[in-house]
Amino acid sequence: MSRLALRTFTLLQTATSVGLSALAWAVTGVRPIWSGSQPSDRQRIYFANHTSHGDFILLSACLSEKERAITHAVAAAEYWGKSRLRRFIAEDMLSSVLISRQWTSPEENPISVMLSVLDQGHSLIIFPEGTRNMSDELLPFRSGLYNLSMARPDVELIPCWIENMSRVLPKGQFLPVPLLCRVVFGAPVAVAPGEERRAFLERARAALLALNPRPDRDN
Amino acid sequence: MRHEISILIIGLFVVLSTASVTAGILSMRAPKPLSATLVNLTQRINAWWVMVALMTVAFFFGRYGMTILFALISFAALREFVTLTHSRRSDHWVLLGMFGIVIPFQYWLVWTAWYGLFVIFIPVYCFLLMPAITALHGDTERFLERVSAQQWAIMISVYCVSHVPALLTLNVPGFEGRNLLLVAFLIIVVQGSDVLQYIFGKLFGKHRFSPNVSPSKTWEGLIGGLVASSLLGALLSFITPFSPLQASVVAFVACTMGFLGGLVASAIKRDQGVKDWGHLIEGHGGMLDRTDSLVFAAPIFFHIVRYFWTV
Repeated sequence: MSRLALRTFTLLQTATSVGLSALAWAVTGVRPIWSGSQPSDRQRIYFANHTSHGDFILLSACLSEKERAITHAVAAAEYWGKSRLRRFIAEDMLSSVLISRQWTSPEENPISVMLSVLDQGHSLIIFPEGTRNMSDELLPFRSGLYNLSMARPDVELIPCWIENMSRVLPKGQFLPVPLLCRVVFGAPVAVAPGEERRAFLERARAALLALNPRPDRDN
Repeated sequence: MRHEISILIIGLFVVLSTASVTAGILSMRAPKPLSATLVNLTQRINAWWVMVALMTVAFFFGRYGMTILFALISFAALREFVTLTHSRRSDHWVLLGMFGIVIPFQYWLVWTAWYGLFVIFIPVYCFLLMPAITALHGDTERFLERVSAQQWAIMISVYCVSHVPALLTLNVPGFEGRNLLLVAFLIIVVQGSDVLQYIFGKLFGKHRFSPNVSPSKTWEGLIGGLVASSLLGALLSFITPFSPLQASVVAFVACTMGFLGGLVASAIKRDQGVKDWGHLIEGHGGMLDRTDSLVFAAPIFFHIVRYFWTV
């Protein structure tokens, strides 16, 4: 890429990120609740419940501009790589990382794709349920969270409960209802010595669930 | 009218300055760290400065300013109400309609002074059509709870609130072109009553009015606040079509309604397990925490004026 193209590219990403954060705030008045962790620019993996396309926009709107610039949402290549427009939105505008569910070649392996981003010193936002959840219960977690934590134990895993997004912009809708949202950031979770994959994933899921400020409500 | 507005602005400025100076002196003398009440008091007074400034700006834009300001207040209030109450995915279109159709249409009716439809659009048409849409979606889970919450949401946040700018559409003989002062009277008296009840409650409050619903409301605060705000109403009669006695009676009725509005709002919050409706106004809570009294007072005040003073 030429320098000019590169500069236009970063400008586009910055403009998109500032614009989307402002939009997220205008629509949902989103507020971060730091309950167990603090804003920091150290390398992190934020993991959150997933009900809506708006989820990662809301989450990144709660981060500082500096953090936002190095934090990438992990999204499914099957959906976001489907057309050139979608790929452009996901990769070029939102600087998200696309991973493939049905990967064949080793360089497509989701874990190595995500690790290569972490190795640049960047942070990730992942949705360990693996898909936008339509049910009222938090789905069981996929293994990625465990594998990433085993491979890079020094990166903090921060559970983030995104409130109300399932009502603001449910799956299949394109117009948001302007309800108030909060994102609750919990205490970091780490794989304990000798902890089994299943046990860890269940513990991480429970840690996320425990952040729901209104458990009687929705997910 | 310019004369009266100048007096009101100077009056509010003097009251707020006194409040700020008093809170400043109290904070200076009080032991550090400051008590939560004192911090909250300062936050509340600061927020009042902002709210009074916004109202003043809206006043200078007249009917435009008032209609737009109260449409925005309805938006903020509706958002807090709907956020707090239960809804399901199948309610998406109804919720969108509440924000995107009901608010603009109701305020368009206010703007065009179409009284006949203004009073029935929400209690008749929305009341019947919204549950019909919900039923058509076929999701019956907690149906009555969902449609009731939607009805309450638009009645409180849109219908009741829209009666404040609707005061501008009333035709009071001998008072032509001065209706903005009716809006000022209602807001000053009702919000003033909230403040006076708070002050009397903090100074003399002993006997709780309703410990189950709102532990902060006391008989002393209520009686002191109502008497003082009735006097305030009489004092402000020069900006209204009322005589001083009439003004105090109207103020008394409006402030009693305001008190009941606060009580009902507390009951809803308690039922939903929250302390405040939101966080929009530092020290006060959400938009509905500040406007719950106005919400109950406005329609009654509107109809009193309409019945007794218009032709």
